[in-house]
Amino acid sequence: MIPETEEDLAEAIRAASGNLRIQGGGTRDIGQSITGEVLSTAGLAGVTLYEPGALTLVAKAGTALAEIEALLAREGQRLPFEPMDHRGLLGTSGTPTIGGVVAANVSGPRRIQVGAARDFTLGVRFVDGTGAVLKNGGRVMKNVTGYDLVKLMAGSWGTLGVMSEVSLKVGAIPETEATLIAHGLDVSQAVAALSAALGSPFDISGAGHLDGAASGGESETRIRIEGLAGSVAYRIERLREGICAGWELVEGAMSAALWQELRDVTPFHNKPGHVWRYSVKPSDAPALTGWIARERPGAEFVLDWGGGLVWALVEAGAELRPNALVLGENHISGHATLVRADEKSRAELSIFEPLARIEARITEGLFQKFDPRRILNHQRMGL
Amino acid sequence: MQMPTPNARIISRKPQIVDHLKALLPDGAVIHEERETKAYECDALTAYRCPPLCVVLPENTQQVAAVMRLCHAERIPVVPRGAGTSLAGGSLPTADAVVLGTARLNGVLETDYENRFIRVQAGRTNLSVTGAVEEDGFFYAPDPSSQLACAIAGNIAMNSGGAHCLKYGVTTNNLMGVTMVMADGEVVEIGGPYLDAGGLDLLGLICGSEGQLGVVTEATLRILAKPEGARPVLIGYDSNDVAGRCVSDIIKSGILPVAIEFMDRPVIRATEAFVGAGYPDCEALLIIEVEGSEAEIRDQLSRIIEIARRHDPVELRESTSEEESTAIWLGRKSAFGAMGRINDYMCLDGTIPVSELPRVLTRIEELSADYGLDVGNVFHAGDGNMHPLILFDANKPGDLEKCEALGADILRLCVDVGGCLTGEHGVGVEKRDLMGAQYSPDDLEIQLAVKDVFDPQWLLNPAKVFPLDVTEGRRT
Ligand SMILES: Cc1cc2nc3c(=O)[nH]c(=O)nc-3n(C[C@H](O)[C@H](O)[C@H](O)COP(=O)(O)OP(=O)(O)OC[C@H]3O[C@@H](n4cnc5c(N)ncnc54)[C@H](O)[C@@H]3O)c2cc1C
Repeated sequence: MIPETEEDLAEAIRAASGNLRIQGGGTRDIGQSITGEVLSTAGLAGVTLYEPGALTLVAKAGTALAEIEALLAREGQRLPFEPMDHRGLLGTSGTPTIGGVVAANVSGPRRIQVGAARDFTLGVRFVDGTGAVLKNGGRVMKNVTGYDLVKLMAGSWGTLGVMSEVSLKVGAIPETEATLIAHGLDVSQAVAALSAALGSPFDISGAGHLDGAASGGESETRIRIEGLAGSVAYRIERLREGICAGWELVEGAMSAALWQELRDVTPFHNKPGHVWRYSVKPSDAPALTGWIARERPGAEFVLDWGGGLVWALVEAGAELRPNALVLGENHISGHATLVRADEKSRAELSIFEPLARIEARITEGLFQKFDPRRILNHQRMGL
Repeated sequence: MQMPTPNARIISRKPQIVDHLKALLPDGAVIHEERETKAYECDALTAYRCPPLCVVLPENTQQVAAVMRLCHAERIPVVPRGAGTSLAGGSLPTADAVVLGTARLNGVLETDYENRFIRVQAGRTNLSVTGAVEEDGFFYAPDPSSQLACAIAGNIAMNSGGAHCLKYGVTTNNLMGVTMVMADGEVVEIGGPYLDAGGLDLLGLICGSEGQLGVVTEATLRILAKPEGARPVLIGYDSNDVAGRCVSDIIKSGILPVAIEFMDRPVIRATEAFVGAGYPDCEALLIIEVEGSEAEIRDQLSRIIEIARRHDPVELRESTSEEESTAIWLGRKSAFGAMGRINDYMCLDGTIPVSELPRVLTRIEELSADYGLDVGNVFHAGDGNMHPLILFDANKPGDLEKCEALGADILRLCVDVGGCLTGEHGVGVEKRDLMGAQYSPDDLEIQLAVKDVFDPQWLLNPAKVFPLDVTEGRRT
């Protein structure tokens, strides 16, 4: 089903008799494998409002991300949260949509500086599982009128409702960017350096690390600075006087390419195996990667968000969820998602982090209210 | 403004309830004498007040949980309270409600510079969070003007913003985790010192839920390294319209100031009379602040000034020193106080698309004339969050009602141009009955359904946020 209006979308949901698989561009095929008829938002496309001077854009959920990015670029603007493109990593094809970006709360390296998709989504229109057309938030940057269901919809993976329209806060493309690179650091050294840089006043907009296997040689630790040219030069200089003494400098388009590589986890493209994604306290990254490497020798790692985001490419196998049991004293808090796996594993393993008791109770309660028939991407989050 | 009829059964059992609560809490943590509960009768929306059944001041999560279990078993409404600075009546009690104050939940639990977060008890004041880390070069970014007094718990409940949120975001963008006691006394941890949620974004839902979904007892907050410096420029214009266009051009240019503040003539004159900050007597005044090293500040200010000049300012004053910066900010920071000297005032909080600024200001002027009440405007222009201040005389019969009617008209105007009723103060009781202007019955129903999930008996702050008639059947 490819409804072309919000009303048709509502009608399709009202009329559905079984599970619906909600799809934007189908490029972010993450989650438990589920069955059901595909309900695509591709027919709900088009930018409905763009005010560069107010930094706001409203688009129907099925609008191609590329179209939005091109439109913004013409005004020297962009989506500051830098949504990753999952196609290379997952081996999917298709056209990423803005609705999919919000539904999966997709962001990139700049998340550490400016926030995630959820922080830039100002409003949503959506159809819930009963077919009711609902809205929350709006198109202004500050809004605390009623509960923030916008945040709830962002990252709900199509389980609470099908978004028909989203409004976003956009930002200016800075005058210039530059990257500092260190070679050969291990994960502990890398995270320590990234933490020091992120704790400096120099407004770091990217802090990542590729281990030797991922970079295909020596490991690479990267720090990005963006802004007005004079300011970038100044901050680079200050960093190189201290925390980043001896680091290599890369500027302009070459710098941008490095961050696209990190954003899209390019080193894992076209390599077999499972891909796990961990959101942790940055200083836990060394213990986490150490544990994974012991559990699954040959694992490769890409770190982002100063070490707070760990991508692990591992041989297919059982779930790799660290907990107090396996790590003893070094209890790791955070969550893990099995982003890429073979079909069998996707059917048998928990893809998303299992929830603690009360969170599970609340989540179940919300599903009952938003989608009492449980037909919207039911079981996709395994919750 | 109406509040529900208090439950006589609860009020008649006050002595037993107080005894039960005393048994759960340390000495002195239950306040029940009417003269002692006086301080809890209202928040900063002082037009409405009511003595609560009693007040409890627990010291930790376990004590909060014990109180909630008792109130849940006895079906007693609970009104969580931070510092009581809400401008929306968020912590206004009812006569049958226990006020759960967070004043004694004020400790720092953990500071972690390596991972850039601080974990505090939620009653800690906003400014003292920064106070705990500032010697080490860090700060907590959201900075409501009330930051000396207001508590993190209140900030989370209202998703509060501040002058610097243009760059750093509001509370929800800086909140990483909470410990929360549910209405039935169960304790839940949501989020933590890592980014994004594992399941649904419950943290994002709780932030801004005005004390209706749970009692927040601890919070993990993102802290940032302090910038090297900051300096403002003051720009005066002959018309609001031109000032509005200047703001829009600056935003479009790609410079990201940390603050863009706007004051109109009535407010400029009031602050001049009050503190004599030396502001020009013009129609509209902008204060724009940028951050960074000395060279970065100069670079950004010169670009802003270049844009500002294109719009023919009547005054342009760049700060070159700490003293000059203080002088520029002095009037802005005393604006509310200055207006309060003239008369009682009501502070509105609607947000509008920045592009609608001139139109909305003109229309507010017209409405002000129609009602015969003066309105001053001082607000965060960068994000369209307006703060019209309506002057009225609380001792003059009928003036409060007139003021409320004008306020409602202004907020409806904000919604009509594509904005919202409240940008940072919250709905509380103040805007409760206007929710229908922004949301359809279905839009409201799904929000009520969310509260049903967290608090099936509707015991937590039940008379707020939603029009009383739509919550009638749910409140016990
Ligand atoms: C002079 C002045 C200036 C202000 N400036 C700003 C500003 O710049 N920006 C801004 O956003 N606001 C501003 N405010 C409004 C106010 O300060 C904020 O809303 C603040 O966050 C309220 O915090 P509080 O601790 O005083 O909370 P309270 O007023 O005590 O309570 C506010 C809400 O929080 C709930 N609550 C309190 N504690 C808890 C808890 N533990 N768990 C769950 N819910 C809880 C209450 O039930 C209530 O609904 C200003 C107010 C004043 C008086």
